[in-house]
Amino acid sequence: MSSHAAAVTHQHQFDDAAQQYEASALGMWVFLVTEIMFFGGVFTAYVAYRSAYPEAFGHASNHLDLTWGGINTVVLIGSSLTMALAVHASQIGKRGTLVTCLLLTMLLGSVFLGIKAIEYADKFHHGLVPGPAFHYQGADAHQAELFFSLYFAMTGLHALHMIIGLGGLAVLVRQASRGRFSPAYHTPVELFGLYWHFVDIIWIFLFPLLYLVERHT
Amino acid sequence: METVAPRRDYLNADYGVRSWLLTVDHKRIGLLYLGSITLFFFLGGLFALLIRLELLTPGPDLVSADTYNKLFTMHGLVMIFFFLVPSIPSVLGNFLIPMMIGARDLAFPRINLLSWYVFIVGALFTLFAMVTGGVDTGWTFYTPFSTMASNTNVIPTALGVFITGFSSILTGLNFIVTIHRMRAPGLTWFRLPLFVWAHYATSIIMILGTPVLAITILLVGLERAFHLGIFDPALGGDPLLFQHLFWFYSHPAVYIMILPSMGVISELITCFSRKRIFGYGFVAASSLAIALLGFLVWAHHMFVTGMSVYAALIFSFLSFAVAIPSAVKVFNWTATLYKGSVSFEAPMLYALGFIGLFTIGGLTGLFLATTGVDIHVTDTYFVVAHFHYIMVGGAIMGYLGGLHFWWPKISGRMYPETLAKVAALILFIGFNLTFFPQFVLGYLGMPRRYHVYPPEFQVLNVMSTAGASILGVGYLLPMLYMLWSLRYGALAGANPWRATGLEWTTPSPPPTENFPQTPVVTQEAYDYEEFPLQEVPVV
Repeated sequence: MSSHAAAVTHQHQFDDAAQQYEASALGMWVFLVTEIMFFGGVFTAYVAYRSAYPEAFGHASNHLDLTWGGINTVVLIGSSLTMALAVHASQIGKRGTLVTCLLLTMLLGSVFLGIKAIEYADKFHHGLVPGPAFHYQGADAHQAELFFSLYFAMTGLHALHMIIGLGGLAVLVRQASRGRFSPAYHTPVELFGLYWHFVDIIWIFLFPLLYLVERHT
Repeated sequence: METVAPRRDYLNADYGVRSWLLTVDHKRIGLLYLGSITLFFFLGGLFALLIRLELLTPGPDLVSADTYNKLFTMHGLVMIFFFLVPSIPSVLGNFLIPMMIGARDLAFPRINLLSWYVFIVGALFTLFAMVTGGVDTGWTFYTPFSTMASNTNVIPTALGVFITGFSSILTGLNFIVTIHRMRAPGLTWFRLPLFVWAHYATSIIMILGTPVLAITILLVGLERAFHLGIFDPALGGDPLLFQHLFWFYSHPAVYIMILPSMGVISELITCFSRKRIFGYGFVAASSLAIALLGFLVWAHHMFVTGMSVYAALIFSFLSFAVAIPSAVKVFNWTATLYKGSVSFEAPMLYALGFIGLFTIGGLTGLFLATTGVDIHVTDTYFVVAHFHYIMVGGAIMGYLGGLHFWWPKISGRMYPETLAKVAALILFIGFNLTFFPQFVLGYLGMPRRYHVYPPEFQVLNVMSTAGASILGVGYLLPMLYMLWSLRYGALAGANPWRATGLEWTTPSPPPTENFPQTPVVTQEAYDYEEFPLQEVPVV
């Protein structure tokens, strides 16, 4: 592996670095399409049951903590900002700024997961985790259980993507601090940015669907 | 045999197990897939053999009802997920797409190797589930049976299918990027071989459909493990939601199996008619049309579930619409034959067999798209016969035809032609004897997935089992003589068929980098009128 930033190389199957970049970028976009289809399955299930049991879902969603959810939304949008700044820093070749922005993104991502863990612990404490221990005060306990099943499935899959993202960020920090990226070659930072924004956008849909829509007390 | 210093090619570029298991050469990865899916094909065939033996007599003599349930489940799982879905794309597509577009490799060679490893890991999970007791849900994993009732190894099997799906996704992603970004100078979209178009359409299905299967299977696993209730009516869940999600992938998956085969047939028909394809644009576009329409017909698997009549009408109509692009292909192939210099080498026999069998399979699909008829034959052997005509008569015929056609390129050796023609004939006869009686059985009302049946169905079942044993011989033959040809076959030369296409401009077997220098394309595909049948000596 070349550690010299100026040496812009490309793999043997490509004719030049430009072709390699275009292929990698298209590959990332295609991958994100598969991710949309993957999440599409649970979103479909959510839409089906939300429209079948609007009342029960409305009541159940009231058990989610708006404050924590709201803070987390801000935290995640903030991490998208630091990620965008990281991509910009890599384009203009500022190694120090790049590393700082990547570390900030990691920090905000970890804060998000921390808050998510607090929320999960709270649900566990109140017996809102589906399964034998599920304990719900209200008329539509079964349908509420369905809501929490979907809640855990959707936010859990999202959190899994965040954890994978943190791993990716750690690799990028290591490479960036070794001077692997330059204005001529920063494809991994840019493509990882796409992934990070995608995970963000998933949350931008999850938050209103699970926390905000039609809350009933 | 002459003893000249061996030319460097992808086979002798390096030796040893490591050089194969860590290779990033698309040709070697294609061969890794060839080896693994051949093993699975024979495993799936073994299950089929046991099923047919049990059905030789009306009574339960060979296996118990439970074992029989496991046998047809594992036959379906192995054949679909571990043989048919990867077959042509992962073996022939992997080997040929970079060569057909004049590239040195796929866009992401390491992801290509990763997809093989993912495939193997998924396969090991499924094999583990089979060895430790098997699974009896049918390959469809229908809920709530799979989530609440079945006491077999559902979770490890589901995990295996889930993991293998990612291999399919990665292959599709690699093909799409490669076809977009790696074409040689002058190789415009409308100069691409139709094999490449077919794989492009297949890859779109792989990346759009497979993730939905992944999440669905994941939900089944979670539901079974933690009882989430998503598919459990007792908690307000809906088992039909599972069927919708499952068939959203699994119907398009049929096109993952048949489209690459159609791509192969376009190559074979043109080469052995010495003619350009009739209506290139229509054949190319029909692949995309099949891929897109294929996503809109899934609920025709669910006509008897009590779904809305209006929804059924629309899905019935759309299912009929798929017949249009399919018929475009069949008519254009036959129009290509017209006034061509047709010759009947073994690959061509497979291609002609494909056209006939696919037509029967496709037309009986229209019976099933008709809601009234479908209700009569749902879950009978009519359905079994229909999809075997598409998958075995169509997809596997195309796969074997393609394997014969490109075998000289892959191995550098010719297979024994007479024996291959005999095998193709045996397969055609064996296939029809196996599956045609099943149309009749289904129409008469014999349900699928039972290990016993009323005695009046025995004659047709005996015919089917007899046909299956002929079919078995037909499959063993190519495997044996192809292995034989690796050592004793005549040397093939660069272009034994005098075929057009960049893959034939490079030596057989090709060097690791495929082409000494990047080729420049100045012609349309299938320019057979301008292409001499006699080999011009290379100076």
